Amino acid sequence: LKVINCCVWDPSGEIFELKAELNSDKKEKKKEAVKKVIASMTVGKDVSALFPDVVNCMQTDNLELKKLVYLYLMNYAKSQPDMAIMAVNTFVKDCEDPNPLIRALAVRTMGCIRVDKITEYLCEPLRKCLKDEDPYVRKTAAVCVAKLHDINAQLVEDQGFLDTLKDLISDSNPMVVANAVAALSEIAESHPNSNLLDLNPQTINKLLTALNECTEWGQIFILDCLANYMPRDDRESQSICERVTPRLSHANSAVVLSAVKVLMKFMEMLPKDLDYYGTLLKKLAPPLVTLLSAEPELQYVALRNINLIVQKRPEILKHEMKVFFVKYNDPIYVKLEKLDIMIRLASQANIAQVLAELKEYATEVDVDFVRKAVRAIGRCAIKVEQSAERCVSTLLDLIQTKVNYVVQEAIVVIKDIFRKYPNKYESVIATLCENLDSLDEPEARAAMIWIVGEYAERIDNADELLESFLEGFHDESTQVQLQLLTAIVKLFLKKPTETQELVQQVLSLATQDSDNPDLRDRGYIYWRLLSTDPVAAKEVVLAEKPLISEETDLIEPTLLEELICHIGTLASVYHKPPSAFVEGSRGVQHKRLPARMGAGLGAAPAAMPASLGGAPAVGGGLGDLFDLGGGVGMPTGSYVAPKTAWLLAMKAKGLEISGTFARRGGIIQMDLSLTNKAMSVMTDFAIQFNRNSFGLAPAGPMQVLTPLSPNQTIDVSLPLSMSGPVMKMEPLNNLQVAVKNNIDVFYFSCQYPLSLLFVEDGKMDRQVFLATWKDIPNDNEAQFQIKDIHLNSDVASNKLQGSNIFTIAKRTVEGQDMLYQSVKLTNGIWVLAEMRIQTGNPNYTKTNGFRDCMQKQMYDSTSVVRFSSK
Amino acid sequence: MSASAVFVLDLKGKVFTEYFKELEEESIQDNFVVVYELLDELMDFGFPQTTDSKILQEYITQKGNKLEVAKTKVPTTVTNAVSWRSEGIKYKKNEVFIDVIESINVLVNANGSVMSSDIVGSIKLKTMLSGMPELRLGLNDRMLFALTGRDKGKSVAMEDVKFHQCVRLSRFESDRTISFIPPDGESELMSYRINTHVKPLIWIESVIEKFSHSRVEIMVKAKGQFKKQSVANNVEIHVPVPSDADSPKFKASTGHAKYVPEKNLVVWSIKSFPGGKEFLMRAHFGLPSVENHELEGRPPITVKFEIPYFTVSGIQVRYMKIIEKSGYQALPWVRYITQSGDYQLRTNS
Repeated sequence: LKVINCCVWDPSGEIFELKAELNSDKKEKKKEAVKKVIASMTVGKDVSALFPDVVNCMQTDNLELKKLVYLYLMNYAKSQPDMAIMAVNTFVKDCEDPNPLIRALAVRTMGCIRVDKITEYLCEPLRKCLKDEDPYVRKTAAVCVAKLHDINAQLVEDQGFLDTLKDLISDSNPMVVANAVAALSEIAESHPNSNLLDLNPQTINKLLTALNECTEWGQIFILDCLANYMPRDDRESQSICERVTPRLSHANSAVVLSAVKVLMKFMEMLPKDLDYYGTLLKKLAPPLVTLLSAEPELQYVALRNINLIVQKRPEILKHEMKVFFVKYNDPIYVKLEKLDIMIRLASQANIAQVLAELKEYATEVDVDFVRKAVRAIGRCAIKVEQSAERCVSTLLDLIQTKVNYVVQEAIVVIKDIFRKYPNKYESVIATLCENLDSLDEPEARAAMIWIVGEYAERIDNADELLESFLEGFHDESTQVQLQLLTAIVKLFLKKPTETQELVQQVLSLATQDSDNPDLRDRGYIYWRLLSTDPVAAKEVVLAEKPLISEETDLIEPTLLEELICHIGTLASVYHKPPSAFVEGSRGVQHKRLPARMGAGLGAAPAAMPASLGGAPAVGGGLGDLFDLGGGVGMPTGSYVAPKTAWLLAMKAKGLEISGTFARRGGIIQMDLSLTNKAMSVMTDFAIQFNRNSFGLAPAGPMQVLTPLSPNQTIDVSLPLSMSGPVMKMEPLNNLQVAVKNNIDVFYFSCQYPLSLLFVEDGKMDRQVFLATWKDIPNDNEAQFQIKDIHLNSDVASNKLQGSNIFTIAKRTVEGQDMLYQSVKLTNGIWVLAEMRIQTGNPNYTKTNGFRDCMQKQMYDSTSVVRFSSK
Repeated sequence: MSASAVFVLDLKGKVFTEYFKELEEESIQDNFVVVYELLDELMDFGFPQTTDSKILQEYITQKGNKLEVAKTKVPTTVTNAVSWRSEGIKYKKNEVFIDVIESINVLVNANGSVMSSDIVGSIKLKTMLSGMPELRLGLNDRMLFALTGRDKGKSVAMEDVKFHQCVRLSRFESDRTISFIPPDGESELMSYRINTHVKPLIWIESVIEKFSHSRVEIMVKAKGQFKKQSVANNVEIHVPVPSDADSPKFKASTGHAKYVPEKNLVVWSIKSFPGGKEFLMRAHFGLPSVENHELEGRPPITVKFEIPYFTVSGIQVRYMKIIEKSGYQALPWVRYITQSGDYQLRTNS
C-alpha cells in the first residue's frame, strides 16, 4: 500500500486526537475514529497506545464497528497481553449473542489472538459454539479448533476438542463437514502419527457422499483429504477413482486439480493392464487441456502442474501437443512453460511439427524466449534420436542468422548433441568455428572450447584457435579457464609435437598465476600425469565419455512423487516440496505415492495364508534374541547382530555399506559402516527409506561430516523414527534404502530384526494379560520350536527382558517351566507368548498368541491401530 | 499450505471486481474496511470459505451503516447445501434466457496450415425465476452421445464439459441429465470444448511485402467459409504494420480500413459479411529511409466476428424443464451465437 499520509507524522498529536474521538459520545464519531485507527495500523503506524480506548468501543451493537475493533485486537493483543485480558469478557458474552454472525465473529477472532491467557478462556465458548444450532457458527468453530491447536496442542487434546471435531465429520451440514475435514487435516499434518483422521472405508464413504453436496472449496478440502488415504487394494482404489472422476467436470479449476491429484495418486495402485486404468488415462487429458482456456495466471498454474503430470505419466497428454503451441499474445511466463512441456512431449510421432514451431519461435524478439526455443531444439535432438539430424540442420540455419544470442545458445546445445552422438555431426564444426569471435558469454565460449579440444585432431588450426583464447586467460571466467586447460591438454595428447609450448604455457598459467584452487588442482593433476606417465594421461584425459541423456532435465523421481502428492498447491507451482518454503512444523512430512500392487493379480494381502510371509525372519529373530553367540552380549541391553554387508562396492561405484540395527535406551538406531573402495573422495552423503511396514524413517539427516577418502571407513549411527509412511513389505521386516553420494544414488534392501520394534513399556498387567490371552482366536496363534539352547528359565527370562520381552508370570508344570510373556510393538500391537522350557531339554517351544496373527495381520492391524488409537 | 493456488486468482478475478468494479491500489485503499470484512468471510485460517460474490453481497455491503438492523441474520445460503441461491426470490414474470455462445480459437501457420483449432462453447443463463426452481436442460442427442463416446462417426465430439457448481455432477455422470437449481441472475451454466478440424470460418490470405527504406504493401483477402444463409457481423481484421510506417493509403472492396498507429495495426471493419463471399483490401505505407534498429516481433493477423443464429458444433437446446412447487409457468428463451475467440493467423513478413 502507498503511504496515505506523506507529511511527517506526529504520533503524539494524532494519537491524542484519536483518543479523544474514540471516547466521544457520538456513535458515528467513534466509528470514524476506529476506522482511522485501523487505517493507520494498515499502513504500518504504531497505534498500540490506543489499546484501552479501542477496547472500550468493543461493546457495541454495530456489527461493522465490532469487526473493526476485533481486527485491532488481533493485531495488537500479542504485544499487550495484559490489556488483552480486558477484552475476554466481551468475547465470552459475544459467543452467546442471539445473532449467529456475532457468535461466529467472536469465536473466529478469539482463535486468532495468540495469547496464552486468553486461550484458556476460549475453551468454554468454543465448546458451546462447536455444538451451536447455527451451521455458520459450527463451521467457524471447527476452524477455530485448528487455530487453537496451533497455539496450544495439549490444551486441545485435554479439552476433548479433537473428538468433537471428529464428530462434526458426521454433521448434517456439508459446509461444517468440509471445515471439520480441513481442520483435522491441518492438525494431522503437524502430527503425522496422531491418527486423527480415522480414514477407513466407512469414513471414506462418508466423505465421498459429502463431496456431492459441498461448496466448491469444501470439495477441495475433502479431495485433499482423500488423497492422503491409502486404499487397501486396487479394487478399493478403483471404486474411489470412479466416484472422484465426476469432479473433473467442475467449473472451478481448483476442484479439477484436486481431483486430478487424487486420481494420479490412486492410479499408482491400479495394475496397468486393467481396462479401467486406460479409461482413467483417457479421462484425465480433456480437463487438463481445458484448464488452458482460462486466463493467463490460471494457465500458468495449470501448466506448472501439467509439467509434473507429463513427467510422471507422459501417456496422458501424448496426443495433445498442439494445445501447448505458443501464441503470440501469451505472456512470457506462459510461453516458457509451454515450451518446456512441448519438449517433454516431443516424440518421433510429432517431432516434425514441434521443430517447425521451435524454429518459428527462435525468430521472435523476446530474448529469453528465443534462447529457450534454441535450447529446446537441442533437447529434442537428444531426446528423439531420429530427429537429431534435422535438429542439427535447424540449428545451423539459426547460426546463419548471425543473431548473437541465437548463435551462442546454438553452440551450447550443439556441444550437448556431440556428447550424445559422438562422431556423427563433426562436419558442422567448421561453421561453428566461423562464429568464434562473436561469442561473449562464458557458457558459449566454454562450449566452443570444449568442442575444439574434443575434436582437435580434425581441426587443422586447433592450436591457433585455443592459443587465441589463452591471451586473455586471466580475464576469462573460471568455467572458461577450466575448459581451456582441459582442451589444451587434450590437444597436446593428440598432437604432442606441435603443442608442447602451448601446454606448458597453460599449465603454468593455471598453477602459478591463478588464485582459484580448482583451477590450480586441475593444472597440477594434468602436469603430474603428463610428466610421470603420458600413456596413463591419455587413458584418463581422452577416455570415452558417458553419453548424456534427456533425463538430466527431469525432476528427480522422489521429488517428483512428492510434488505429485501436492498437485494444486503452491508446491506444485514452485516445483519445491512444502518444507522448502513453509515455516514451522507444517509440511515437513514428506508425502509419497502409494506402491503399485502385484501387477494384474489384484493382489490382496489380507487373503494370504497366515503361514507365509515373514515366518523365517521372525523365527530367526527369536533365536537371535537368546544371544546364541555365546552370551557375550550385555544382559541388560538388547541383542545387536553383527554388521552384515548390505551394499557391495562393485555394485555401487566403489561404495560399500555394511550395517546392523540396534535399540538403545528406547531409540532405534541403524549402525552403518561406509567404506570407500573407489579412487576418488566421496562426499554429500544422504539416506532415505522407502515406505515400509512399520513406518521406519531416518529421524534426521545422515551425519557424515568429513569427506570419505579412498580406502577409508566411517561408522555412522543413524537414529530412526517410526513416523514414516507405512506400506506392507514382503517380508514384513524388509527395508529398502537409498543412499546418495556425490557420485550417484544406490539402492539396497536389508531386514531388521522385529525385536527392534519392541518397546520398553511392553509389560502387560497380569489381569489384562489373562483376559487378553483368552480372547485371542486360535487362528492368531503360532508355534515355534527353538533348539539347542542351554539356558534355564530365569536366565532366558533375563536375557529376553533385555530385548523388551517381559515375563508376566511363570509356573512349573510337570517339570516344565512355563513363562508367560508380553511384547508391545511400536505401533501399539501386543504380542503375548507362552514359553515352555523342559529342563534338561535344550529345545524350547514358544507359542505366540498374537492379538492379531503376526505374519498375516500385523500389517493390517497396524494400519487400523495407526489410525484409530490416540 | 492447504489453500489452493487457484484460490488467490479466483479472488482477484471475481470477488473484488464485483465489489469495486476495478481492482486497483486506490480502490483497495478507499474500501479497506470492506476488504477486511470480505477477507474475513472469504477465508478463515487459510481455508477458503465462500467466494460467491452474490451471496457475500447479502451480508457484506459497501454501505454498512445503513443496514445496522437488517444485518442480524446469517443468510442461510452461506451454509446451505444450495450455497448459490437465496430463498424467497420473487419475480412477476418468470423467465429464463439461455445464450449458447461458441468461441472459435484458431492458430494458422504462415504457410496456411491450421496448427490448432478448437471451439469453446458456453451456455449462459439469465435466470429470472421465483422460489427454488428445479431445472432440467435437454440438449440434442448428438451432443450427449458424443460425450459418452458412443458415437464416433459424427464430426463433432465434445472433448470436455465443465459445469457450474449447481449442476449435480454425479447425476450427469450416471445418466447424462443436466439437472440443477440455478443461481439467480446471470451465470455460466456449463462450458465445453470441442476439438475440430472444421474449416476456419473466416479464411484470410495475406501478402505483406516490405521494401526496406521505402514502403510496405499489404494485400489481404478474406473469405467467409460458412453457410450462405448466415451472416457474420462486426467483422474486424487486424493486420500488423511496422511501427515506423507512415502515410497510409487503403483500398477495400467492402467495409473500410483504418490505421491505428498506437497499436501498429490496420483495422479493416466489415459490418456484415455474408457466407461464401470474398473481399479484398490493399494497403500501402511509406517507410522512413533511416532503418529502425529495434527488433520487432511478428504479430499475427487477428480476426473478430460474430455470427448469430448459428453454432459450429450443431448443439441445440431441446427443452428446459422448470419445476417449482408453486407451479408457475415459465418461459425459456434460447439464443445462439458463434464468435471469434483467439483467432490468429501468422504472417511471414
